[in-house]
Amino acid sequence: MSDVGDAGYDELLEAIDAGDGYYLECENEHGSLPPRRVCPHCGSTDIKEVSLPDTGEVVAHTTVHVPTPRFSEDAPYDVVIVDYGQVQLTGQLAGADDDIAHGLDVTVQLGEATKTGEPVVTFVPAET
Amino acid sequence: MGHPRVAGVGLTHFGKHPERTTRDMFAEAGLTALDDAGVDTDDIEGVFYGNFIGEVSEDQGHMGPISAEALGIDAPATRIESACASSGVAVREAIKNVRSGESDAVIVGGAERMNNLGTAETTASLALAADDLYEVRVGITFPGAYALMADAYFEEYGGSREDLAHIAQKNHENAVDNEFAQFQYEIDIDDALDAPPVAEPLHLYDACPVTDGAAAAVIVSEEYAEDNDLDIPVRVTGSGQGSDNLALQDREYLTQTPAATNAADEAFDDAAIGPDDVDVAEVHDCFTIAEVLALESMGIFDHGDGINAARRGDTLPEGDIPVNLSGGLKAKGHPVGATGAAQIAEMTRLLRGDHHNSEYVSDASVGITHNAGGTVASTVVHVLEVDQ
Repeated sequence: MSDVGDAGYDELLEAIDAGDGYYLECENEHGSLPPRRVCPHCGSTDIKEVSLPDTGEVVAHTTVHVPTPRFSEDAPYDVVIVDYGQVQLTGQLAGADDDIAHGLDVTVQLGEATKTGEPVVTFVPAET
Repeated sequence: MGHPRVAGVGLTHFGKHPERTTRDMFAEAGLTALDDAGVDTDDIEGVFYGNFIGEVSEDQGHMGPISAEALGIDAPATRIESACASSGVAVREAIKNVRSGESDAVIVGGAERMNNLGTAETTASLALAADDLYEVRVGITFPGAYALMADAYFEEYGGSREDLAHIAQKNHENAVDNEFAQFQYEIDIDDALDAPPVAEPLHLYDACPVTDGAAAAVIVSEEYAEDNDLDIPVRVTGSGQGSDNLALQDREYLTQTPAATNAADEAFDDAAIGPDDVDVAEVHDCFTIAEVLALESMGIFDHGDGINAARRGDTLPEGDIPVNLSGGLKAKGHPVGATGAAQIAEMTRLLRGDHHNSEYVSDASVGITHNAGGTVASTVVHVLEVDQ
């Protein structure tokens, strides 16, 4: 792959890194993530950016032991799907106990792949 | 117009054949299918060919013409890519082509070469079926994606790794006498439970192997069969296809696969049957949990009730509805682009009586095949029926 970025996606990562994460919401309150011109759930083209809530909830979890080459120096690592209500976001989980419970509240930030330095959407347990 | 008939089928051995090109494997499977069918090569009017990662594993795109020339066929040839459902979609296009009257005889199949790549490259190649931006870039692997679904399933419906181990044990046992299968050996529950983790809660024996192989089937119209005095007992009476959001995070469900529900509903309507009419099934068990999701989403079992179907005995060879008598992807192997066509080959032989496990379905008249791409973002279901 070249060094050329991915418009829409890169801006979201930058916003997450700045603590200003967002998602896209259509007129029918369906959430999705950029780049989108059409709501994937209802076809609406009336889409606007909405701030991502401060915390989301873990709804699925796995520990990956056999990685792709990009993450060869990070395995085993945890991957979770986090529900924010209107939208879900997938990322790695850092700083959590081994026994990860469904329903864990997390906040999102950027980590990186050790081998490549590429940014990785990463969740950490929310401060209580 | 009558239903298209499966005139002949062919398979290569599924296993580790890293030195074999896809064009050679498809030639072997295709020539076997043509011979089995008794159909002359010159009568073939179209080639439909499934392949997933040819650009990665063989530096080869544009594989349609290669698949045709491998068989000595001079006819329009198209490669179809739909991840692990590539040749299931190819079968569907072949069926539609014959049903429309465009062609009287076509050949369909697929091939995949995977073992010439290393484990890391293979893992990366399979992840091409996932969403690059939102899944692959955070480290989701193909097993990892199914692990997330298994984890969510356990949370919502219950179930355990031991339930999944019974599925692996069943499918391994079904493959013991399958000469085309990658794993012709039995495992026990402890083997599965004690195996190393791939992506928890899935361990090694929850996962299908990395496989090289090819499959093919010759599909003809009923008129062609009559005109050529061909006695072909198996016909395709239903075909359906469904899609879903590619990334798991964008779906309404993590524990259901509506693309399979939509495909099955369409195929069952097409064949004028319901899930209760199904006697035997070959489903896409790339991971043990996938067999559960497939059976539940097609209405064979209620949601939450499929997880221990193998453990109860329902899906064993002697059960009410034997599932994956071939050994499934789990034990027969999963040469990605060949799998959908291989399911048609196995089901055809099961129904017409020349499969190593046909004895268990001697009274069966209706079989279904379920072929899924990615985390079931693409699904194709076919209904096959046999003349009694």
